Amino acid sequence: MASTYRVLSRLAAVTVILLVRARADVLPDDRADLFYSKYSGGGMDITGESALVRKKITEDFALEASYFVDNVSGASIDVLSQASQIKDERKQKTITAQFVHDKTTYSATYIDSVERDYKSNTTSFSLTQDMFGDLTTLNLGFARTRDGVGENDGTALVPVISWLGHAESRSYTLGVSQILTRNWITGATLEVITDDGYLANPYRSIRYLDPGSAKGYSLANQVYPDTRTSTSIEGRAKYYLPYRAAITGTYRYFTDTWGVIGNTYELDYTHPLGNIWIFEGRLRYYKQNHATFYSDLFPYADSQNFMARDQDLAASENTTIGAKVTYAFLPDGWKIFKRGTATLDVSRIAFHYLDFTDIKDYGVPDYQPGAEPLYHFNAMVYQLYLSMFF
Amino acid sequence: MRSLRPLFVAAILLLSGCGGIQPWVKPYERDRLADPIMAWDRDAISSAYLDHIRETREGARGATGGAGGGCGCN
Repeated sequence: MASTYRVLSRLAAVTVILLVRARADVLPDDRADLFYSKYSGGGMDITGESALVRKKITEDFALEASYFVDNVSGASIDVLSQASQIKDERKQKTITAQFVHDKTTYSATYIDSVERDYKSNTTSFSLTQDMFGDLTTLNLGFARTRDGVGENDGTALVPVISWLGHAESRSYTLGVSQILTRNWITGATLEVITDDGYLANPYRSIRYLDPGSAKGYSLANQVYPDTRTSTSIEGRAKYYLPYRAAITGTYRYFTDTWGVIGNTYELDYTHPLGNIWIFEGRLRYYKQNHATFYSDLFPYADSQNFMARDQDLAASENTTIGAKVTYAFLPDGWKIFKRGTATLDVSRIAFHYLDFTDIKDYGVPDYQPGAEPLYHFNAMVYQLYLSMFF
Repeated sequence: MRSLRPLFVAAILLLSGCGGIQPWVKPYERDRLADPIMAWDRDAISSAYLDHIRETREGARGATGGAGGGCGCN
């Protein structure tokens, strides 16, 4: 009994030592960001402007707010195949509250996104816990999104919106980050998302063989299931190289109840020059098979209970090559600012579809339905942003 | 009760062992991990933007952080 008491005493002593040694987490620096982005590819041009401000109210409580505006012009291949070009705008407001207590950080976020024909709001909560001498960080998250889905039956200038339905999704996230050595950190994230409601894209149609049509096919509305559940798991590792540089490897496996399986591989390299410049290179490859109810060309109308010809659900692959440069200025601070950074990020994404054909540019008499060349396009993504820390 | 004693002692020893876990990378050895180039995500606003672009053009989604809302229908 005495020995048991000693063991318990030792356990209590170790616990007290660990608690005393424990260093409470701290919130990151206050910052303000101005962000400009441009996406160009697949017949679409999207420019975006964003502003973000993050401010500590007390040492353990911070608020963050951001405002993002997307301007869309042009239209993707689906819209070009069927309708006139579009011009649209998306506005997104985000507010986050963050509270830190000892080793735990609590976050709550609200996102509101509005387009002429689509409304979405998301509420999310997350909890981050450091443990085992701060070598391990555990993250738990939950998000709920509600969408209103509409379709513009008018024109770009005179829109006539028909609201088609609602969708709701819930996301559950479990993540862990682990320091392995003084040069090596790893992490893994599991996310399960469930959807319920109107899940189809109203601007995309199926096509089916129709010998009575001049083109040899006709178009009809897509019919999607009302539910979807997806599971993603991502593993990543980051290593500090013998000289001052870092290399990151990431792999993600995705599967869902619509039969889509996707694999993502990414390799990043970060190389600083002094404390002024940071250069980064990025290679990413993604591949997926098609959903079980997807077909580029259905044999006849209403041939299945669920039918899709959305390019997102086709078998496809894409490759991204990207570069990013960050310039640090005001190392000694200025007025209220401690330092600042300016960043330029450029990516080129090559999309290749393996069973989605280009019916915009090709058709009868040169190509019979289903024999059109496969669709592919390249997209350029530019990001330019200024970050001030205070 | 006597038959449970070894189990009880083993449990206490196991708990004692857990309490004794020491971080094998000491705080003063984490200078490289604290370097900004070792951050998982230095620019959350940029990552969220790239995630949004991908999620509206790929069937896969999730496990990469927040991607924001919106349709990306067109």
